[in-house]
Amino acid sequence: MSARAAMAEGGAPAQARTEPLLAVAGIHTYYGKSHILHGVSLEVGRGEVVGLLGRNGVGKSTTLKAIAGLVHPSAGEVVFEGRSIGRLASHRVARLGIGYVPEDRRIFPLLSVLENLRTGLDRHGVDKAKRSRLLDKVYSYFPILAERRNQRGGTLSGGEQQMLAIARAMTLEPKIVLLDEPTEGLMPRMVSQIAEIVGALRDEGVAVLLVEQNVPLTLAASRRVYFIEKGEVRHHAMAAELQVNDPVIHQYLGV
Amino acid sequence: MEIPLDQILIQTINGIVTGLILALVASGLTLIFGIMEVVNFAHGELLMLGAYVGVVTLSLTGDFWLALISATVLIAIFGALMYLVTLRPLIGRDPLTTILATFGLSLVLQNYALWQFGAVSRKIPEPIVGHFNLFHLDYPWYRVAVALLSAAIIGGFWLFLKRGTWGIWIRATTQDRVMAQAMGIPVPWVLAGVFAIGSGMAAASGVLFAPFGGVDSTMGLNWILRAFIVVVVGGMGSLAGSVLAAILISLLEAYASLWVSPAQAVIVSFVVLILTLLVRPTGLFVATPK
Repeated sequence: MSARAAMAEGGAPAQARTEPLLAVAGIHTYYGKSHILHGVSLEVGRGEVVGLLGRNGVGKSTTLKAIAGLVHPSAGEVVFEGRSIGRLASHRVARLGIGYVPEDRRIFPLLSVLENLRTGLDRHGVDKAKRSRLLDKVYSYFPILAERRNQRGGTLSGGEQQMLAIARAMTLEPKIVLLDEPTEGLMPRMVSQIAEIVGALRDEGVAVLLVEQNVPLTLAASRRVYFIEKGEVRHHAMAAELQVNDPVIHQYLGV
Repeated sequence: MEIPLDQILIQTINGIVTGLILALVASGLTLIFGIMEVVNFAHGELLMLGAYVGVVTLSLTGDFWLALISATVLIAIFGALMYLVTLRPLIGRDPLTTILATFGLSLVLQNYALWQFGAVSRKIPEPIVGHFNLFHLDYPWYRVAVALLSAAIIGGFWLFLKRGTWGIWIRATTQDRVMAQAMGIPVPWVLAGVFAIGSGMAAASGVLFAPFGGVDSTMGLNWILRAFIVVVVGGMGSLAGSVLAAILISLLEAYASLWVSPAQAVIVSFVVLILTLLVRPTGLFVATPK
């Protein structure tokens, strides 16, 4: 469906293509007494890459945490495949097929690369054959991890840790991956590799909700983008309609 | 003063035997601290209750090994329940609340044991009665068996942590509880499981040690104090550190008792504790974490 057709249908830019995989509806969250999210709403379709842009501290990471079940919204709903998951413990959310790659990577530093991956692989319903199939797949995306499988996670370089964090989320066979600033602090070569991975996930039918500071990468990788300001979604557009130097981008990112 | 070589050897064996029992007590404590940053002041009472379960089972069945197993299993279940009822609601609050809760529990359990079993020390006879000749001394086989068994339990647990799925879950949860849960690891179950394992290990050491010192409601206090020293010296949360520190401290105490009375030899462990806190407060056997 073209953007224009979508606009005509709903008067707003295209929503998810069909029944959304993930729908966040008016969620509010608090850290102690400070009100972080003031009713964030967004949708992600199956296999769709959606970008989430905004300045630092506007609630992008908190939105991802709320979806992953790490922060429970005090109001509003998170609906995944038609099921409300806003009150579920995060391990149950993960098992439904939501992979979370946090901003600071948070790999397990004292576990080996393989053991880091096993945190997602050793679960009910994964037999030996499936396990080695999943491992092979992850290693085919990230050959460097296969080389370092017995090395401790904490001894990897920043880029390798980022790859491990994404690979680890992939072991859950996610239907959606929540990526929080995956290119932060990485060398340009690594950045383009991350972009390739996002594309590969999309080609496999895995949806991605991408929080990034890197605007060109976000516009290139995403189908749609949401702009967050002060804990609210303020704008929403097809990525293809935006330029890097678009006034909208200036307005919400100040770049 | 000249110390004969045979005495040094005997004290070395004594030190290692005591060290391994102490390591069994301390590993449960350090495991629980490592994974949930809870200092379990009731750990000694779990050891004491384990010993009492052993006494009761032994009087019913006459089988020491059955007593050992039933104490381990029952106290493991009890430990998990204790965690669910008293500690789980406090996770994430001020650490002081868990200290008070476990301290309160230890008082309740001690007084329960006093009320239920009385003040008179109960005895568990040694299940292995033979001796062997160590230089001029009759050395009981049971002491050696206890050391081997403690080492086997710790070794088995180490393998469990290293190899199995639960081991990976426990280690991942220890390193980053939030991220472990975001990876689908059922962290609430892992925490209850760790409490069960730590409690079971304490109960096992209670039964194993009972033939040496008897069973009474305050037997946990003596152990827990030494176990705390071991855990701090070895590095809070480090299993290998605790085992090494337990053996080191027990050996030093054993050697010291060649010169002074065993009661005075205890001072050695406090000296080691103070020196550790001064020189390497994170523990002697912990690589500086990055």
